[in-house]
Amino acid sequence: MANANAAAMDAAGGIGESKLMAWVRANLFSSWANTALTLVVFYVVAKAVFFFGSWGIFNAVWIGTSAECRAAKGVGACWALFPEKWRFILFATYPFDEQWRPALSSAIFIGLYFFSAMRANWNLRLPIAWIAGLGTISVLMWGGVLGLSFVPQERWGGLVLTLILSTFGLALAFPLAILLALGRRSHMPVIKSMCVVYIELIRGVPLISLLFMASVMFPLFLPEGVSIDKLLRAQIAIIMFAGAYLAEVVRGGLQALPKGQYEAADALGLSYWQATMMIVLPQALRLVIPPMVNTFIGLFKDTSLVLIIGLLDILNAAKVAVADPQWRGFGPEAYFGVSLIYFVFCFAMSKYSQRIEVELNRNKHR
Amino acid sequence: MKTKALLFASAFVAVAASLPAMAQQTATSPTLDAIKARGFLQCGANGNVAGFGLPNAQGVWAGLDVDVCRAVAAAIFGDATKVRYTALTAQQRFTALQSGEVDLLVRNTTWTLSRDTSLGLEFTGVNFYDGQGFMVKKSLNVKSAKELNGATICVQPGTTTELNLADYFRANNIRFTPVVIEREEENVAAYLAGRCDAYTTDISGLASVRASRTPVPADHVILPEVISKEPLGPSVRHGDARWGDIVRWVHYAMLEAEESGITSANVDSLMTSTNPNTQRVLGVTGGMGAMLGLDNKWAYNIIKQVGNYAESFERNITPLGIERGVNNLWTKGGLMYSPPIR
Repeated sequence: MANANAAAMDAAGGIGESKLMAWVRANLFSSWANTALTLVVFYVVAKAVFFFGSWGIFNAVWIGTSAECRAAKGVGACWALFPEKWRFILFATYPFDEQWRPALSSAIFIGLYFFSAMRANWNLRLPIAWIAGLGTISVLMWGGVLGLSFVPQERWGGLVLTLILSTFGLALAFPLAILLALGRRSHMPVIKSMCVVYIELIRGVPLISLLFMASVMFPLFLPEGVSIDKLLRAQIAIIMFAGAYLAEVVRGGLQALPKGQYEAADALGLSYWQATMMIVLPQALRLVIPPMVNTFIGLFKDTSLVLIIGLLDILNAAKVAVADPQWRGFGPEAYFGVSLIYFVFCFAMSKYSQRIEVELNRNKHR
Repeated sequence: MKTKALLFASAFVAVAASLPAMAQQTATSPTLDAIKARGFLQCGANGNVAGFGLPNAQGVWAGLDVDVCRAVAAAIFGDATKVRYTALTAQQRFTALQSGEVDLLVRNTTWTLSRDTSLGLEFTGVNFYDGQGFMVKKSLNVKSAKELNGATICVQPGTTTELNLADYFRANNIRFTPVVIEREEENVAAYLAGRCDAYTTDISGLASVRASRTPVPADHVILPEVISKEPLGPSVRHGDARWGDIVRWVHYAMLEAEESGITSANVDSLMTSTNPNTQRVLGVTGGMGAMLGLDNKWAYNIIKQVGNYAESFERNITPLGIERGVNNLWTKGGLMYSPPIR
């Protein structure tokens, strides 16, 4: 049995190898031009890999002081920055002895993402899990009860701030977006024009200007002595921005739905809301998963713009970490570390959307 | 225009509200009352500049400006930790103060006439005298900025630094080629790589770059010319003069302590000192704190918990490789001078 298997595998390997050679010849070296292009690309890739290997791995300073890093400057990377600064980058100015609280909060956030990703949980369990999860996170972050010391929002920062801004930004923008998209296709002129004006106004300005307005202009219009927290103002600006963009994505789905679906719903005597909830939205949202995830990913990264109003999200925390005179000049290493974290989140979102797209559209491939 | 009107209106209301209070002998400050009721001081600081305001690896704020916030909190509450910091960008800082988001702005901000008047701020003093200068490589053998004819100079765009540079060279009738690079990091890298002959920014910035970024600091010299005045200091809103007094005298108390040789280490033993000046500063006699609307041990608390000006300077600025220079006491050839506390 084992021998037969091995023989079969050998044969397969042999065929595979000749197949590989044929593929290489057909795709990489089919003409002079292609051969030249292949060699150039190989050279560039090899050079980049070699550089990163020697800078980032072989000549890098993994553990040590900033003085040792400075000696290796230009030759090797300084990963020793992270043992020293990782807690600041991840938790920023949150009180040092209490940093298990934002750590646990980030873990709960990630747990909630996984929980929501499983289709088996798409029922009443989902809102309950979110309410329980967000309640626990609020208690952990603010404290002031159960023997936890109170921590004001000014001290929140790092990864958990990025997760708060993007999770609440998307979670609250999504219902807003659906209402705006439905409103824009409404036959009632007042509602329609209000939605159009809102969407076009918000889409017409960059997120930075919304954040600036929220942080610089808005406080001047408040009565004296009243001030709304900076984090909340930024969060509202992000929700408004995300809502306008997602609304246009949802509208795309609504318009792509064949007219027959609307007419069939009407023929069955369903009311507007019944038709929308049971017939229109389930199909429309399914159609727009790829552009929606695209918007999600974009907004997740856009939260880093809060650095211009002085909030310490994970990117700004990394920037502040390398403003320390001891570790000045090691920006590339810090940014590389943070970009890895961004990549993990964005790549997971992208992969998950591909899977869910296949699962939800299985009926079409039958 | 609207915001300005609003500002004037609010300033007017604040002035009107404080008029009857001024008539009394121990007047109160609405800002101080609000801070006491709240239980902490709201301080606007820079979260990004080493030596002035920067959270360390443990997330604890430190710096010369941060020490002003801590000293004010120590004077009010007897506890230097009762401060909440708001990290402010250069664009946000004035709005944050005007709108009441912060009680006090200490964010290496240059005191100028226009800011003191049209922005509705009140600068209460100078806690660091800075000025723009030039750094060159020693091998160039340049001894003065006037010898920089035809030089290429690295500078950040959109700052007063760029304008000062152009003004200075035009006034002295020398030619130069600016190399304008947005970020400080890249500016320094360009200078070190030899793309420009000189690098210009505030002297404090040059000194810290020389100390922390150059492979051999002795290979670079900072030229003696200081081409601009950058007095950096704390500021408060117009309209609450009593609050301005408190912030002003907190800074002077730190200077006076240095001049009288009172430090955080010896302040306890000096409580029994027979020197009349020391007695007044430490609140043993004179009742100076009550006149400010504070506890009489206000200065004792500042010195005990934050230290005198020299201690704060040595803790925050000296590690950057910056000398006391003009920031020394007037008795040692500098500009730091406290009016008498009596």
